Amino acid sequence: MSNAKRTLGFNILRFNPQEAGATPRMQRYELEEADGMTLFIALNEIRETQDPSLQFDFVCRAGICGSCGMMINGRPGLACRTLTKNFDNEITLAPLPVFELIGDLSVNTGKWMHAMSERLETWVHMKQQEVDLRRIEERMEPKLAEEIYLLDRCIECGCCVAGCGTARMREDFVGAVGINKIARFRIDPRDARTDEDFFEVIGDDAGVFGCMSLLACHDVCPKDLPLATQIAFIRRKMARKAFE
Amino acid sequence: MNVIYTDVLIIGAGLAGLRMAIGAKRRGYDAIILSLVPAKRSHSKAAQGGMQASLGNVVKGQGDNEDVHFEDTVRGSDWGADQDVVRMFVNTAPKAIRELAAWGVPWSRVQRGDRTVVINGQKVVITERDEAHGTVAQRDFGGTKKWRTCYVSDGTGHAMINTVADRAIAESIPVHERTEALALIHDGSRCHGAVVRDLVTGQLSAYVARATGIAAGGAGRLYRVTTNAVICEGIGHALALETGVAALGNMEAVQFHPTGIFPAGILVTEGCRGDGGLLKDAEGHRFMPDYEPEKKELASRDVVSRRMEEHIAKGKGVKNRFGDHLWLDITLLGEHHIKHNLREVYEICHYFLGVDPVKDPIPVRPAQHYTMGGVRTRASGESPTLKGLFAAGEAACWDMHGFNRLGGNSVAETVVAGMIVGESIGDFCADPANAAAVPMGLVQEFLDRERAKISGLLLGNGTEDAMALRVRMQEIMTAKVGIFRRGNDLEEAVAELQQLLVRSRHIGVRTRSEGANPELVAAYRTRMMLRLAITVAHGALTRTESRGAHFREDHPRRDDSQWLKRTLATWPDDNATLPTLAYEPLDVKRMELPPGWRGYGTKNHIDHPDTPIRQQEVDAVRARMPQASRSEVQAALMPYEHLLPPRFRGPNERVDEPLAEPRTGT
Repeated sequence: MSNAKRTLGFNILRFNPQEAGATPRMQRYELEEADGMTLFIALNEIRETQDPSLQFDFVCRAGICGSCGMMINGRPGLACRTLTKNFDNEITLAPLPVFELIGDLSVNTGKWMHAMSERLETWVHMKQQEVDLRRIEERMEPKLAEEIYLLDRCIECGCCVAGCGTARMREDFVGAVGINKIARFRIDPRDARTDEDFFEVIGDDAGVFGCMSLLACHDVCPKDLPLATQIAFIRRKMARKAFE
Repeated sequence: MNVIYTDVLIIGAGLAGLRMAIGAKRRGYDAIILSLVPAKRSHSKAAQGGMQASLGNVVKGQGDNEDVHFEDTVRGSDWGADQDVVRMFVNTAPKAIRELAAWGVPWSRVQRGDRTVVINGQKVVITERDEAHGTVAQRDFGGTKKWRTCYVSDGTGHAMINTVADRAIAESIPVHERTEALALIHDGSRCHGAVVRDLVTGQLSAYVARATGIAAGGAGRLYRVTTNAVICEGIGHALALETGVAALGNMEAVQFHPTGIFPAGILVTEGCRGDGGLLKDAEGHRFMPDYEPEKKELASRDVVSRRMEEHIAKGKGVKNRFGDHLWLDITLLGEHHIKHNLREVYEICHYFLGVDPVKDPIPVRPAQHYTMGGVRTRASGESPTLKGLFAAGEAACWDMHGFNRLGGNSVAETVVAGMIVGESIGDFCADPANAAAVPMGLVQEFLDRERAKISGLLLGNGTEDAMALRVRMQEIMTAKVGIFRRGNDLEEAVAELQQLLVRSRHIGVRTRSEGANPELVAAYRTRMMLRLAITVAHGALTRTESRGAHFREDHPRRDDSQWLKRTLATWPDDNATLPTLAYEPLDVKRMELPPGWRGYGTKNHIDHPDTPIRQQEVDAVRARMPQASRSEVQAALMPYEHLLPPRFRGPNERVDEPLAEPRTGT
């Protein structure tokens, strides 16, 4: 690594929809790069030293909570674990599309995800409500538990939705995040729902049949979830249900 | 006046808050949860390695039970814990695992047959039993006699909060995201809810509730280097402190985790060491056995962190432009294990360090990790001094961790305390005596006061920069109120923090927007955080002994004769720059496990005069009950079951301990 520090230019989309008469604009900030600098470090430094009004969201700053999805040079990604050293001198940041804008780089993914969860009922529909807590837990094959966890690793960051062609055209599309949730509960033997039940919530154009197989979701997923496979699999299962 | 009425108001949508709300809702009371962020983004998510519960399913956990978990936890706490509460906790933890298993958490499971594990740097083949196949698995963690930490790969908290947050959606419990409590509404003896600010619109509302529960997590951001999320600013603690009535317990007890990645402080799980990872110095030497021959890398966190800093002070650290660090070496675990059981660790090393932990060691140094101190509560979870105020999880001093928490016991506390305190809140709401009329004048007064504070910041002519004050506070805390503490440093810390507090009364903000305004938020929170920082530093200065994570170089011995007591801090005078400290003695004569040596760390404590007497009593009880079951002996030593809600009483079944009565139903 060379010792000369780069000066980075951050071109950030600014817009506060709460402010009457405000219009979106690009604003450029300059910052000297530091070793190991991430967008988390850079944006906080800009806010602390140059512009206290700049809005963005970080929580864990470790790539596990999904708060900081944004468009980084046009591609959805997690800002906290994006190292500036992998980029040219100019970096462009914009909020994730599709989601309601709160201000600048901050979007309301929480509201969207909550609505998706309510609609798809993203919880185990227990076969019996009362559990005898003193008893040994129901057994599960270790391999199956791991398969469920692999699909459960979704952090609801919204990157898949922001990268989705259908989601840009249909407000009610459940996105790869929603289809993946269905895949997760479908293989969970604790969930009493059948394919018929899943078809009810996802067997239409707002669900799995809305996917145009562009599969940017798969490419941008920060957790490398097997979204392409899961979407294809669920589509096949739901198509079969449709012809029954 | 914008007023929202609810039976129960919960502040914080992490695991503790969600589980409390579910408990209250299942008892028939409406609950609203306030959260800075969507529930699934709460810091509970960051728990990686696992949750302690004495299931004893894996072969290395065989023989584990509530008694062993109890003793490990009390020793871990350096006898600072409330032993009744520890008993309540260890008996409920297996039930919590089983509840979560039924709700959908994909716990990692036991695979029958041979498997290779790494123990003490050696590969060993162990054989899991047929009869345990498919039950919830456990891994090794620090400070435990048995493998007790149940896990979901290394995304345990993630999987737990996914399930519990979705459970809350299923049970129609509203989470008001991006809202923040600014003050508790109270009349000096009874809490009536909170004044709440909408972080997007800036609107202030009064949330009026019969019961209010604080579950807002820890205060790691008082420190410069912490594993905690950026939202862990101790605001839940500060809300209670600012009532002047509710007390904070043991705020000087701050945990430093041995393995924060260097220099960012992001956590890599204790599971790395539990699964066999080693700590090494600049020369590649494994140094922990030199200091801690009994538990080595798996002594409690306070001990391992101190030994690491001690080793660095001897010049054995790796030098780097940001300072010194040590190595965490997990290469011996092999690629398959790392990529399946330590996935998050792999990702964190890859993205933040550019290190492949399959091939290379990870640079680590201890970083602030956990706030043992919190809102002091009774065993029921209610504040003893402010009626109607409850607390659970990291924000509470319930007090099951004392002066040091064991790894895997915090995520366990969140759900266990949530279950128990949720029932207490149900009982509280069910009591007609608590259906007090809401004094609307009082509500208006609190709303007006908070509105005036916000206007003062937005319209005032203050010149102090909140972020500068905060950064200075964090530097002082890390430099002078850290792992090794000295009287003169602490005096300087308290004095300078007091100056910062005075300066914080003149904070100005440049962005004058009433709505979403990160600068305004930093301004009012910094004031609250400064009081909390002073409470930590002042408590540390006053406690002239070393206990658990609180280590005084000038008072290196644990002194039970003087300090077997809990610090209680209140802040009755708004204009003061110091809290009022009081002390609550721990009663040795009631202890099931009288104080002694922890089994690791330095062996030099000073006994309490009652300790030998109580030890004799305990020995005598055990001697006269040779035929009795372990629960009978326990009940003779320290009866506690009456403190548990009825639905959580009773034994826990294990593969080796079947319940006598036959299974009912299916």
